[in-house]
Amino acid sequence: MVLESGEKLGPVTLAYETYGELNAHKSNVILVLHALSGDAHATGANGWWGSLIGPSKGLDTNKYFVICSNVIGGCRGSTGPASTNPKTGKPYGTYFPLITIGDMVHAQTHLIDHLGIEKLLAVIGGSMGGMQVLQWMVAYPERTQSAIPIATTLKHTPQQIAFNEVGRQAIIADPDWKNGHYYGSAVPAKGLAVARMIGHITYMSDASMAEKFGRRVREDKEPFKFGAEFEVEGYLQYQGDNFVKRFDANSYLYITKAIDYFNILNGNKNLANLFKGLKAKVLVIAFKSDWLYPSYQSQDIVKACKLAGVDTTYCEINSTYGHDAFLLETEQETQLIKHFLNTVSNNHDGGA
Amino acid sequence: MLDLGCGDGELLSRLINEKQVHAQGIELSETAIHQCVAQGLSVFQQDIDTGLSEYAANSFDYVILNQTLQQIKKPDFALKEALRVGKKVIVGFPNFVQASARFQIFFKGRVPVTKALPYEWYNTPNLHFLGIADFKEYCKKRDIHIEDAAFIRKGGKVTLFPNMFAEIGLFLLS
Repeated sequence: MVLESGEKLGPVTLAYETYGELNAHKSNVILVLHALSGDAHATGANGWWGSLIGPSKGLDTNKYFVICSNVIGGCRGSTGPASTNPKTGKPYGTYFPLITIGDMVHAQTHLIDHLGIEKLLAVIGGSMGGMQVLQWMVAYPERTQSAIPIATTLKHTPQQIAFNEVGRQAIIADPDWKNGHYYGSAVPAKGLAVARMIGHITYMSDASMAEKFGRRVREDKEPFKFGAEFEVEGYLQYQGDNFVKRFDANSYLYITKAIDYFNILNGNKNLANLFKGLKAKVLVIAFKSDWLYPSYQSQDIVKACKLAGVDTTYCEINSTYGHDAFLLETEQETQLIKHFLNTVSNNHDGGA
Repeated sequence: MLDLGCGDGELLSRLINEKQVHAQGIELSETAIHQCVAQGLSVFQQDIDTGLSEYAANSFDYVILNQTLQQIKKPDFALKEALRVGKKVIVGFPNFVQASARFQIFFKGRVPVTKALPYEWYNTPNLHFLGIADFKEYCKKRDIHIEDAAFIRKGGKVTLFPNMFAEIGLFLLS
């Protein structure tokens, strides 16, 4: 495929999972899109959105055919920097081309075509998944019957870019990174772990950290002076070390860069014409304590929808979990999403 | 139509189901938003006091402010915004100077608690207290045209001395 940068990438593998049954009219398809560190395994054992997807759940797999697509640039089964470069027979490393959210979604359209599906009943995702939802709304409006962008933004802001940059610098500063050509030797584990730790801080809130850890000290305090002493330190280190086991440092660089490039208002678009002509029904969800993707950013999405006369609903869920709320407040989300999808599928049953 | 302060969406869903209007609502309470979504309504969780800047002038045929005006911080601003984005505005509010309220103040020396105004001073959501005469005078001062008005109390319409006897005032403005 030709990327937004003009570079070519291929062959492209895209990992995905499906849940539920596709109906005869192929009119019950919901596409689920994941965030920075997610993958195609959305539900089932250890699925990242297991509390929302399943029989009788928010995305009811008795009714809907749910597809969760991975992203290109990732390291969880799709083509990314750790994949073999057909030109050299070696892993791409940093020879992998820069990718964008637009490229990720472009790759997903091939998946949807491959499955013989024309229209999506709903496209849903949080954080970077929400950016992909917005991209679907703008780039493929005729295929998107409804959209649920959660805890996301029309464009990445300097503060959001700044946190990503610190993460990237931590990886790049790790001597094991070796300009990204570390495959086959030690991985930049320390750098990636630090990047993940920074990420985790931004996903929580002051209140959720206070509640989860307080100032409690670990019982198995490490014997040296600057070992993890407070519980919050132990938690971050554990999350960082664990992440290294399942994620590739180069993918982290490429995906965070794609997020930072994201600005759906690029080109001639402005808030007033962004969603012009979009027929999809939209549900925008934000969380009160999310300071990484503050609710004003979701309100901007709503504003653009209103300006285009798009049928929109907006809810700001009262949660203390911070940005992580989109993965944790699934009870509230379920209530909203279930009823919203009922309305959408009734409309399309009657109208089609 | 746009219903400002649509609450649990009762009026909105009746308008949509019985009158087949194309309507949406704005409401501050998260619980109320959930109730609206459960009925399939399109609603925004938003503070009306922040304005309606994203809507162009005359975006709606009607904007409704039903039992909302007395509960928001800046009713003057909200009404101005409603009149900008709507071709016509329907306002409904409790008449705070209705007879039984006057009776309670005058003879009992108490802040009135009536059927239309069931709250105590310490738990009332109402921030502004107005009567029908006050509202008419306000419209005159602001050059707001009153196209029609209806005054209601339990049992039906009030035609005589509405400022004294009506529990609710309804105005169609432009």
